[in-house]
Formats: sequence, structure tokens, C-alpha cells
Amino acid sequence: MSIDFEARGRIGDLALDAAFRSDGRLTALFGRSGAGKTTIVNIIAGLRRLPHERVVVDGAVLSDTAQGIRLPPHKRRIGYVFQDARLFPHLSVRQNLLYGRYFARGETRTGLEEVCALLGLEPLLQRGVTALSGGEKQRVAIGRALLAHPRLLLLDEPLASLDEARKQEVMPYLERLRDEAGVPIVYVSHSVAEVARLATTLVLVEDGRVTGQGGAQDMLSRLDLGLAEERDTAAVLDGVVAKHDEAVGLTTLRTQAGELRVPLLAQNEGTPVRALIRARDVMIATRRPEGLSALNVLPGVVKEIGTAHGAIVEITIACGEATLVARLTRYSVDALKLAPGRKVYGIVKSIAFDPAATGAFPGSESR
Amino acid sequence: MLDLTPQELTAIGLSLKVASWATLVALPLAVLVALLLSRCRFPGRLLLGALVLLPLVLPPVVTGYALLLLFGRQGPLGSWLADNLGLIFAFRWTGAALAAGVMGFPLMVRAIQLSAEAMDRGLEEAAGTLGANRLFAFLTVTLPLIAPGIIAGAILCFARAMGEFGATITFVSNIPGETQTLPTLIYTLTQVPGGDAAALRLTLISAAISITALLLSEVVARAVGRRVKAP
Repeated sequence: MSIDFEARGRIGDLALDAAFRSDGRLTALFGRSGAGKTTIVNIIAGLRRLPHERVVVDGAVLSDTAQGIRLPPHKRRIGYVFQDARLFPHLSVRQNLLYGRYFARGETRTGLEEVCALLGLEPLLQRGVTALSGGEKQRVAIGRALLAHPRLLLLDEPLASLDEARKQEVMPYLERLRDEAGVPIVYVSHSVAEVARLATTLVLVEDGRVTGQGGAQDMLSRLDLGLAEERDTAAVLDGVVAKHDEAVGLTTLRTQAGELRVPLLAQNEGTPVRALIRARDVMIATRRPEGLSALNVLPGVVKEIGTAHGAIVEITIACGEATLVARLTRYSVDALKLAPGRKVYGIVKSIAFDPAATGAFPGSESR
Repeated sequence: MLDLTPQELTAIGLSLKVASWATLVALPLAVLVALLLSRCRFPGRLLLGALVLLPLVLPPVVTGYALLLLFGRQGPLGSWLADNLGLIFAFRWTGAALAAGVMGFPLMVRAIQLSAEAMDRGLEEAAGTLGANRLFAFLTVTLPLIAPGIIAGAILCFARAMGEFGATITFVSNIPGETQTLPTLIYTLTQVPGGDAAALRLTLISAAISITALLLSEVVARAVGRRVKAP
């Protein structure tokens, strides 16, 4: 499973000059609106063209202007889930799902039952698509793309048009899609919470350029990658659910950084999960604090002090094998005499954990 | 009440035949032109648009005379078609159908063009990413979604063809049994003494046919529209 992408040229106001390669299960294209993320997936799907482009998926050359190759969209076998779902309004849910299967002849067919089970579509099959909710539409669109037997699945901000409750409804399906469907995914998003919860690989896109790529965990905690501008640097901690304490409504996670107590999660004990800690939610103390309401105090060592933006500085702290990021004032950094190598305590309030960004993530505990 | 004379029956039958042929032959061409106008950017697009609308704004007599010049036995197109395909328009019912089709064409194109422009082209892209080539995507997505426009256009064209008078009488004259359609027969009857009652009767029949066509189109368009209404 690998994607090799390269493109240069102008489309409208956007000058694109981007290249990345990834062999992750879910590669997130992450960046602000208008950065060129959708253009990149449109080029992968063959819906937009640039004078210089090269798209290779799993060794299959879909497009290479140097060699004069450019397959039309219908020959690429790239599944595309559009932001607005784009279900065929004149067909039922079942007919929508089966639309692409006709063309997947000769391929090992993914069965309708399988896909329905994966995405919970069984109850929707006989319905018309106009009566579906936004979240249901996205699930049908994902199922429709899967049934065309794609070699790669593109998801363009599939949650962007949904409200918070619908996002939470669709999120577990996206996790299962990533872990069980066996199709690599390129996922476009501008939400740290989504990316932290879903991505194995992260590609940062800014003004039509790729400014960084790598493992999701490393990328989200790097201080120098323009994430600071987004005001959302974060640490991603992998761990397992250690125990639930329903009486007080807390779940204890065992993570690389130590034990964390977070608001009650739905996952069973023993489930591997991933949690996001935003830099702005982390406080620093030089001695273990007492009489503190915050439940999570993680001992560590200052690793790096970032460049100041006005009054604000971000620092990274090594906590066990994990790295925390904290956003502090420059004044505090000076007052506490923080410097690389200094022993400190990172403090995180339990309620700072975004349940939207905490989710099942199998395979992550081994990383 | 409906004791129609053979002449009247012939005229009604001929009108239906002429209007049906005009609509059927014009339909695929109108879909093509409407899609060209709504989808493609090419040099001469404005010119094509204007040309299509021309019969709507020209006096019908002028259109009929232009047809006579082009498709008459001596006309450049008319003589070629007669020599090569054996297709003769001058003073035949085929000529009446041609005149009716030309007059109804703009209405048909407009209706189809409007629904093609209202359709979300992203759906065709979606069909493409699912493996459908352009033709298959057109047949399974575009065509069903612009069907209400096609039906509305066809009915408008049919109704216009049923009522065509000026271009028809100029191009193919008013020959009983060959080119004498309902409107031209009504005109003839109003010109002879004592023809008023017959003219009135035919007028009512003509109105009934038109209203039936409109109601039918409304019913069909609603049924199709319900099915394809975008969210």
C-alpha cells in the first residue's frame, strides 16, 4: 500500500507545487481551507489536471506527464467520498451502493453484506437517499466507493458539513474503515481532533505546498511546522484503556507518558486508544504540585524550547517514551528558568480531553 | 356533436402525425444542442444559441420562406436531400413536420438547457470515480436527472407543432390530405361562407388536444420530478 504524489502548476488562484509519499493506512492531508488539499485529491482521482503531475498508487502509474500517461477517472479505480456525498438522487440507497460494482468485474468483489455490516447500512438499504441524514449520506457514499473495489479511497472532509453529534456518529465507522476495509485512505481535513484520532501518516499542506510529512504523532508535536500558526500544536498519546470508574465517571488510560485519567470513554477495557492533548491545555510545574484539582501530573524532562511568537512559547517535554507539548508565556519560561534537560511536571486537567479526539486505534500501542 | 367530416378527420390525423414526427426527430438533436450550450465553452457558442432561438423571434412567415429557400426542390439542402436520400419536403407532410419541428425546437432546447444547468455536475464526476465512462454516466445519471426538462420540452414542442400555421402555410401551402393541418383547415373554413360552425368545432378540438397534452406533461413531470428531486 503506497501512494506517490507529485504535482506542479496552477489551478485558478492556487499555485500548487506539492509532493509526498506515504505507505500509511490512513494518510491525512492536513492544512487550512484553501491550502490546496482538495485540489490534490482531485488530481489523484483524475478530476483536475496539471501540466506536471505524477500519481502512482501501489505501483500502478495513474498519471505521469513525463511519460505522457494520464488515465481518465473511470479507469483509475480511486474511490472518492466527496464532502457533499454526491449520492444519486434518483436511485435508492441499494442502487447507489451497487452503482460501481458493475464496473468492478473480474476483481475480488467486496460483498454488499460485508460493506453493510462494516458501515451499518442494512437498515437504510430500501430507502431513498433524499431522506437520509448528513451522517447517513456520508456512510452510504463511503460504502458506494468501497463497493467499486478501489485501490485507494479519498475522503474529502467527510465530516465537515455535519454537526458535532453527527460527527461522533460517523467517527467510529471511519475507524473501522481504516482498520478493517483493507483499502488505504487519503483523508482531507483541517481539524486537529479528526486527524489525531484517525491518521497514521500526516502530510501538512500550506499554500499549495507540502511543508512536512511523517508519522502522525511526530508531526502533531513538532513545533516548527506552521502548526503553531494554526494555534493547535498537540501531543498524541497512544495507550490502552486500563479501567473504568463509573462511580466518578472517569476512565484511566495507560499511555507511554504514564497513567491518564479522562472522562469516561465508551471503549472496553483493554482497547488500544489514542488521546490528543493540546499544547494550550498543558501547564508546567517545576515541583510536584500539591492541593491541585487537575488529576494528571506527568513527570518529564524539557526537550526543546520553541521560537517565541509574541508573548507565547511552546516547549516539548519528554515523558517516558512520549512527548508532550505545552504552550506557555515567555515570561513563565524565564521565571521558571526552563531549559532543555530540566526536570518538570506536565499538568493536564481531565476535562481538557476532547472526547471527539479520543478513539480506538489498534496497532498503535506497538509503535 | 362529434360528427366530423372526412376532411376534418384527415386534418386532425395529419396534425397529430406532423406534431409527433416533429417532436420525435427534434428531441435527440435538442438534447445534444442543450447540453452543448449548457456544458461546453466553444467559439461560436453564443452564435449557436442565437440561431436556435431565431424561429422564436422571427415572424413565422419569414421562417417558412427561409425553409422554402433552403429545403424547396431548388434549394441547396432540398435538392441534395431529394437526390441522395429521396427525402422531399416541398409541399409534402414531411415539410409540414420540418416547419413544425423548427418552430418548436427553441422551446425544447430552452427547457432541457435549464434543467441541465440546474443539475449538479458533481454527480457525473462521482459516477466517473465509480468506474462509469462518459457514455454510461450520461445514460444512468445525466439523462434521468434532466428527464423532467426533456419531458417538458417535448410537450411544449408538440403543442407548438400542433398550432403551427405561418411557417407551414408559407413553406408547404395548404393541400388537403397532404399539408392541410388543423390550423390551416380552420383558416380555410373561416375564409368560406358558412364555415363558421365547423371552424368553431375544430377550434374546440384543437384546444382540447393542447390542454390534454399540457395536463399529461404536468402529470409525467411531477412523477419524474418526485423521483429525481435533488436534496
